Amino acid sequence: MPDHGGTDEDGAKGRVLRLADGALTLSFGGAPNTAADPRVLGLAGRLREELAAGRLPGVTDVVPAFRSLTLCLDPATADRESLAARLGAMAEAPVPPTAEPRRWALPICHDADLAPDLADVCAATGLAASEVTAGHRACRFTVLALGFLPGFPYLGPLDARLALPRRATPRLRVPAGSVGIANAMCCIYPWDSPGGWNLIGRSPAPLFDPAADVPNTLEAGDSVRFVAVERPRFDDLRAAAREGALDPMAFRDREAA
Amino acid sequence: MTGCLKIVDPGPMCTVQDLGRPGFRHLGVPLSGAADGFRLRLLNRLLGNPDGAAGLEFRLKGPIVTAVDAPLRVAVAGDAPADLSRRTADGVERIAIAPWRTITLEPGEFLDSGTLGSLATGYLGVAGGIDVAPVMGSRSTYARAGFGGFRGRPLKAGDPVPAGGAVPDGGERLLPRPPGIESGPLRVLFGPQDDHFSAESLDRFLSAPFTVSDRTDRMGARLDGAPLVHRPDKGPDILSDGLIPGAIQVPGDGRPIILGVDCQTLGGYAKIATVIAADLWRVGQLRPGDPVRFATVTEAEADRLRARVEARLDDLTNHFEGWVGDGLIDERALYAANLIDGVCDARDPTHVPGFLEGLDR
Repeated sequence: MPDHGGTDEDGAKGRVLRLADGALTLSFGGAPNTAADPRVLGLAGRLREELAAGRLPGVTDVVPAFRSLTLCLDPATADRESLAARLGAMAEAPVPPTAEPRRWALPICHDADLAPDLADVCAATGLAASEVTAGHRACRFTVLALGFLPGFPYLGPLDARLALPRRATPRLRVPAGSVGIANAMCCIYPWDSPGGWNLIGRSPAPLFDPAADVPNTLEAGDSVRFVAVERPRFDDLRAAAREGALDPMAFRDREAA
Repeated sequence: MTGCLKIVDPGPMCTVQDLGRPGFRHLGVPLSGAADGFRLRLLNRLLGNPDGAAGLEFRLKGPIVTAVDAPLRVAVAGDAPADLSRRTADGVERIAIAPWRTITLEPGEFLDSGTLGSLATGYLGVAGGIDVAPVMGSRSTYARAGFGGFRGRPLKAGDPVPAGGAVPDGGERLLPRPPGIESGPLRVLFGPQDDHFSAESLDRFLSAPFTVSDRTDRMGARLDGAPLVHRPDKGPDILSDGLIPGAIQVPGDGRPIILGVDCQTLGGYAKIATVIAADLWRVGQLRPGDPVRFATVTEAEADRLRARVEARLDDLTNHFEGWVGDGLIDERALYAANLIDGVCDARDPTHVPGFLEGLDR
């Protein structure tokens, strides 16, 4: 089981919450910025297997978040009472250990034009740029959830020395590939989009291809670390990615954990 | 053989939508799909399509389109007449075409889908459906990430949209009594985070009038009104959890946002209540300035109301009528003119007997 830096809230009893007749959420509670609950990924994995095997009639999606997971329903065919009872029972039972996570070593380049908030992070933390970037690359992140945008990974936990709030004014356009940090987490923007995280580098790794059989590179539960690349290598990788000639499998981590 | 529907003028917002892209929300991929799935399904049935065929969804004003190379059978799900223009020996002839009536658009003819009256969202459907390549099992456009639909974006003038096939056998069809808009409160169940609000705020959520603001799109409808107050010990923020269309977030400013079909999959604001599935189509019909009220129902009532919407859809389907219009200009004009009365009926809820009657009381 990956270490999520759990708190004493781990072990809190799960509660089944309802979104009218459209969804059920199993929540382990917890305030914003509470560490993720390791039970979520194990339960989500089991539920996704059940879904794939056709044993969750009326369920369209199993969506893990940080301390909760949501079953999205087809209201016409879902038996909410029986699903809620199954969710509740699963939350009570011990969660079997998850399979060994897939490991990734994603390239990152910290050149100033790709890391527009690095100076602000240094100023706020009192660390040198090399300490910030090395501290970030030393983190062994778990993909806690995908959300906000297709393929957008929430990675945690972040080195506590680097924990900062989001920027007061979000940017209207964050370039695709930007790597951001905020609070106890790190993210990668798979698409150009608005965003408020502190940008400390950019990764050329393709994260989402809508046309592929498996569109996502990362999935919840994966283990991720970052590896520094110099600008010429970054430019080559980015050019290959833009031509669709970069297989994300190239970034599977061969190094022992 | 696939035909081609060329966009002459897309109007303010026109996208390809079907019934959405379930099954990928764990990857952060929104559901998307028709903002008013009730009308898209009914339109597809009128055109002889499966419920889930893709059509063109438009907001407030519909597109102007023309058929290229081959005729296409089309119809508009709206509440105002469309305008068919065709060249004749004497110049350009214009014919008013009522909504909810199929016509066969010949190459060189133009159809202006018209400006909606009280609806916010309308559909232009084609027999055979809009035939763009599915992405992750759906033809719906998700413009924020640039995939699905036609090249992943809202339509522009000049776009050649692959559509339909051979015009089906059998004559044109019409729906005599089109569905209108419901003006009663949106039906909700409290939760999942109603515990972030004081009892007084929960009461006010149900009693106070809200107004749809102009910051309203497929991601959500933001409401203006007296702000709701979060309990000081809980506040507006939660650790992000799963969202679905219809969930009602209340951020720190106290103004509710009813999430729409393109909503994010995870969100970090307390959700005071969730609109029941039976009323989700009504969220897609909210226009800026519309008054909004909320009323709670039980889960059993939510199930019953949903079944009634399905029964209503089937009942309307059973009342499709044929009309003789193919190729005969005079008859086409005659029938079109006659149906204008039907359009007026659709705008007046009291003239639409049977449509979810009595549910608002």
